[in-house]
Amino acid sequence: MTVRLYVWQRLTAALMVPLVLIHIAVIFYATRRGMTAADILARTRGSMVWASYYGVFVAAAAIHAAIGVRNVLTEWAPVTERRAGSFAMAFAVLLVVLGARAIAALVLP
Amino acid sequence: MIARQSGHRGSALWIAAMAHRISGLALALFLPLHFLALGLAIEGEARLESFLRWSDQPLVKLAEGGLMFLLTVHLLGGLRVLVIENFPWHEGQKQLATLAAAVSAIVALIFLVRVF
Amino acid sequence: MSDTLAELSVSLWRGAQQGRYENYVVPQRESQTVLDVVTFVQRHLDPTLAYRFACRVGVCGSCAMTVNGKPRWTCRTHVAKVAGGGRLQIGPLENLPVIKDLTTDMEPFFAKWQQAKGVFEPSKTRHDAIAQIRPDSRARVAVDAAIECINCGVCYAGCDTVRWNSEYLGPAALTRAWTLLNDERDAGNVARLQAISASGGCHACHSHQSCQELCPQALNPTAAIAGLKRRTTAAYLKGEIKA
Repeated sequence: MTVRLYVWQRLTAALMVPLVLIHIAVIFYATRRGMTAADILARTRGSMVWASYYGVFVAAAAIHAAIGVRNVLTEWAPVTERRAGSFAMAFAVLLVVLGARAIAALVLP
Repeated sequence: MIARQSGHRGSALWIAAMAHRISGLALALFLPLHFLALGLAIEGEARLESFLRWSDQPLVKLAEGGLMFLLTVHLLGGLRVLVIENFPWHEGQKQLATLAAAVSAIVALIFLVRVF
Repeated sequence: MSDTLAELSVSLWRGAQQGRYENYVVPQRESQTVLDVVTFVQRHLDPTLAYRFACRVGVCGSCAMTVNGKPRWTCRTHVAKVAGGGRLQIGPLENLPVIKDLTTDMEPFFAKWQQAKGVFEPSKTRHDAIAQIRPDSRARVAVDAAIECINCGVCYAGCDTVRWNSEYLGPAALTRAWTLLNDERDAGNVARLQAISASGGCHACHSHQSCQELCPQALNPTAAIAGLKRRTTAAYLKGEIKA
């Protein structure tokens, strides 16, 4: 891992500490009496707040997970660092695309 | 070549690092599925609702409890690394690591108790 | 002659990278060390056994081997403490090429020392005044806490990141880089920070802390490497080094 990847990895990690804590709190709140799609969508539909929160979360998670996967691959899989990097990049793109789609699904009217 | 693993590999901090890695891999595998599930709302509220009802099954709830455990483990394991790398050295890290494992289990258990 | 207590069943690695464990029976003695056991085998049972030692008293670091799965100084490991059920398994240090039996080639360990720029770069000549270093300055305290490395290789042998990542410079080399980074007299820090920020540098460390647990000198490479991470990050963000 180079210093550049390290900085991105640690910065997204630090950013996600409060984001994950909020997420866990939301999960506990949302499941307080059986969660329905109506409950979720009532909260998220048309909400810029939720869109921003999850937007930042998806971006940070995509970067963080991709670098993490890259590290694990270079150490545990018989692939070159370059291959691991390419795979990680593709994984990041996948997460961003699917994540943005999920946010759009929940927020857009 | 080694017949027995001992000492350093069984230590609480090594296990903490390993749990952090394994939980990260598991969460990385889970995330795309999570986004796909949430994305069902594109097809309308009814589609998302039918997925949520499918997920009412006990086995799925158990798996969700497992995910809560993994998420908490990964968060606390990550905090371990961030603290070691950015704050003065502290003794008592092994005890904290064990405590973190306990907290993760408790969070997961509370979740399960509430959803069952 | 000391009293013989019992017999030890000792399994020693014979061969090179390929080889096998061979068994020997060694009389257990009072206050016996693992080095005593290996020496007994070589002197009385099999003179072809190859192993390394020098001081026998825990100051040189030559006799490190893998004892029941853990890298340690054999001269400072009492048999009574580790031989559960009278059994000992002794092999060469891990993560290093095996020359023969219990001796490893330390060359890669020292090559990484050089790669990490673990070499003092002078900033003055003999014609300049001697540097005044306060022993209680923060930098010097940091150096003193990390300077007593005798290059025994135990941390390197115990590190899983070394095992998984052939480029990783390892705890000892990085700890030495840390001491030099904090040495006010050293002039080579930009190059050093650059060297330890590359692919196998300090950022590869996952803080497993095996090094810190195992170091017979009670050094803390995990903490030293954490310091390196902070310094390299600051240097990178300021543009003093490149990714």
